[in-house]
Amino acid sequence: MIAELGHFALALAMILALAQSILPLLGAEMRNGRMMATGAPLALGQCLAIATAFGCLMYSYAINDTTVVNVVQNSHSAKPMLYKITGTWGNHEGSLVLWIMILGICGAAVSAFGRELPTALRARVLGVLGLISLGFLAFTIKTSNPFERVWPPALDGQGLNPILQDIGLALHPPLLYLGYVGYAVTFAFAIAALIEGRVDAAWGRWVRPWSLAAWSFLTMGIALGSWWAYYELGWGGYWFWDPVENASLLPWLIGTALLHSAIVVEKREALKTWTILLAIIAFGMSLLGTFLVRSGVLNSVHSFANDPERGLFILGLLMFYLAGAFLLFAFRARAMIPTGVFAPVSREGAIVLNNLLICSITAVVFVGTLWPLFADALFGSKVSVGPPFFNAASFPLVVPLLLAMAAGPLMPWKRAQLVPVVMKLWWVAVIGFATFFVALLASGQQVLPAVGFAFAAWVVGAAFADIADRTALFRTSLGNAWSRAKGLPRAAWGAAIAHAGIGITAAGIAGMGLAQERLVSLAAGESTTLAGYEWRLDSVRDEVGPNWTARRAYITVLRDGRELRVMTPARRFFPVARMHTTEVAIHTNLMADLYAVIGEEEAATGRAVVRVHYNLLAPWIWIGAAIMALGAALSLADRRVRVSAPNRAAIRAAPTTRPA
Amino acid sequence: MTPTSRRLLLSAPFAIAAVGGVGFYTALNRQRTGAYNPRGVPSALIGQAPPDFTLPALPESGVEPFGSADLRGIGRPVLVNFWASWCVPCIIEHPQLMRLSREGVPVFGIAYKDKAADSLQFIRRHGNPFNRLAQDIPGRVAIDWGVFGVPETYLLDAQGIIRWRYAGPITDEVLEQDLRILLRRYA
Repeated sequence: MIAELGHFALALAMILALAQSILPLLGAEMRNGRMMATGAPLALGQCLAIATAFGCLMYSYAINDTTVVNVVQNSHSAKPMLYKITGTWGNHEGSLVLWIMILGICGAAVSAFGRELPTALRARVLGVLGLISLGFLAFTIKTSNPFERVWPPALDGQGLNPILQDIGLALHPPLLYLGYVGYAVTFAFAIAALIEGRVDAAWGRWVRPWSLAAWSFLTMGIALGSWWAYYELGWGGYWFWDPVENASLLPWLIGTALLHSAIVVEKREALKTWTILLAIIAFGMSLLGTFLVRSGVLNSVHSFANDPERGLFILGLLMFYLAGAFLLFAFRARAMIPTGVFAPVSREGAIVLNNLLICSITAVVFVGTLWPLFADALFGSKVSVGPPFFNAASFPLVVPLLLAMAAGPLMPWKRAQLVPVVMKLWWVAVIGFATFFVALLASGQQVLPAVGFAFAAWVVGAAFADIADRTALFRTSLGNAWSRAKGLPRAAWGAAIAHAGIGITAAGIAGMGLAQERLVSLAAGESTTLAGYEWRLDSVRDEVGPNWTARRAYITVLRDGRELRVMTPARRFFPVARMHTTEVAIHTNLMADLYAVIGEEEAATGRAVVRVHYNLLAPWIWIGAAIMALGAALSLADRRVRVSAPNRAAIRAAPTTRPA
Repeated sequence: MTPTSRRLLLSAPFAIAAVGGVGFYTALNRQRTGAYNPRGVPSALIGQAPPDFTLPALPESGVEPFGSADLRGIGRPVLVNFWASWCVPCIIEHPQLMRLSREGVPVFGIAYKDKAADSLQFIRRHGNPFNRLAQDIPGRVAIDWGVFGVPETYLLDAQGIIRWRYAGPITDEVLEQDLRILLRRYA
């Protein structure tokens, strides 16, 4: 009954989405106010319907309804309630419903908070959102119905992949989807602008909160996924250049470029065509990620179901939205005449450089991810593109990017001089060089990590220099600087904090370049040393959990003969899924992680394989990402974002002649 | 910039997306026909007829040998299985081959780098699933086919074109999840 209600709610949402994709768009074209006004209630109704469907699915999971195929395939009665519930979106069908629900919430948010948007623009944005929703609802209902019944009911579920029974992974997809879907909204704004044939500063201001929010969530989602891989997979790495990881990095990179170029549209009414293009590509990359994960064309640890039929449907959707948008772009983008002119050396110029470099990195990741697929699928030749390629090809692009991102915020708009910027940054450069030499000496002449540390210091220092410059910290009294700091727009703080976050992540990555590890076979009582610590295996014991059994090792870590901590890595066995997972033991003091993994045991000798890592500055990678997301959130709370430009809105809302 | 070149530039994203779409479509199609499998071991022979060969029979087995001519146009899909008596995974996959053979699927065997007496003893002890059986003692034919090692199985369609290659034992899972679907598709 509940499952049928969910199925019905999905169908209802699809009908509402159909109406939402026709009426407001048509109304805006015919200047019919009543038709345009249908957008908001339809979006709200659609959101409610999908939320109902999602709630029904969640309920089916919570009570372990074994007459629902989706529950049987992905859940089990022995699973803790938390993971029964998070299991709702731990599979292809459920995650699609979650995706659409988030899209519905965004649509409802546009209709609820977008009251100051011009009526026609809002109607068009809602129309495009309805069109996106329609496609994905059709996809869900046609190929991936989560409410399909099975009769007679199965005795119990087939269990969820034990690797997915983890709180980090439970939160990873919703955060990613919040990011992906946020780019659906910026996409909708771009399409609406193309239809209207007009982009101005006000448009830039409306797009900004969405691109900020999307970027913030995507940053957290990617960081959470990387952190999860670090502590759950037990390989000690944090980024593997896996195709699906790359698929989430692509929209993040384009989104970063969009974030910056939209500022130029807002402040200077330049880079309009380019920003529209980025908004389309950002959503295109999100869809591409969806396609790659769900069609099975890539070989990855992340894939959902391998079904070419579904792949074909998503490809159809991808092509419809993307090719349609690009076609519109080709015909209408000429209407976007830039009004602001600027010199190459200026804030705008720095942002253009930022965009060029980020897009080049995107191209590297894009080609590296998709080339093996195309080479194999089209020409039948096996090519393997691994981390060495990505590292080698992106490093020369990241270096100038980090160099330039320090200077950009210190430059004035329109026209800048290099000398004053250099004068503001010389001491940061000195610190950077000093860091390089100190790191070089301390690490035993490892050049690349030392370069990484130097750039980290440079970026963090430059963020500080930016704030110091804006508050006139070294030019006036401290009290004066304090009052200036309080008056500084939150967007300025946000930008500086996000930039500093990049620097902190860079330091973490550089630190991981100095990580040490050792793989040894130990009997109880034996010990090994790594990075100045003594690791002693005391015992390996049995343990029983709700749906698993485990062998847990007790490893005492000693420093200079003093006991520091007992680490307890385990190897879990899930009888239902017949799978092993590793439970890594991590002890962190925020400057470094002690990381221990237990492997196979030799039955004959009683020895256990133990792998220990010393990961310098590893936590900084994710702390940096959290700081970036925080910076974006702070920027989102800026007054200029909260209060839209009333003048321009009034001008736009007033009836004007129809744009050509 | 002239208006024409500007228009061309603005159309470039569409053109790139269109080319990418066609590429993905081809990839998906080849995946559906089995010509492309992101998880499988690739074979240069997929989509082609097998290389020319003639092989002798396994003496005293009483089973007819076969050559490339016999694989052409059987009118139904056929499996070609490279195996050896010294290969342990071959024992693991043997029940699955026996089952297929009982169900009437033609299975052709090639005993690879194996002494005739040992091969004979293997099929006498475990049963003979092979409708045709040949021996490749020097292993030349296996090289022409690009065999990695035994066991290795090829699926040829009704026209005798190689559609699928599996390096490793045909386990129950492989049989149910891949082979049966492919057999139905090419029937």
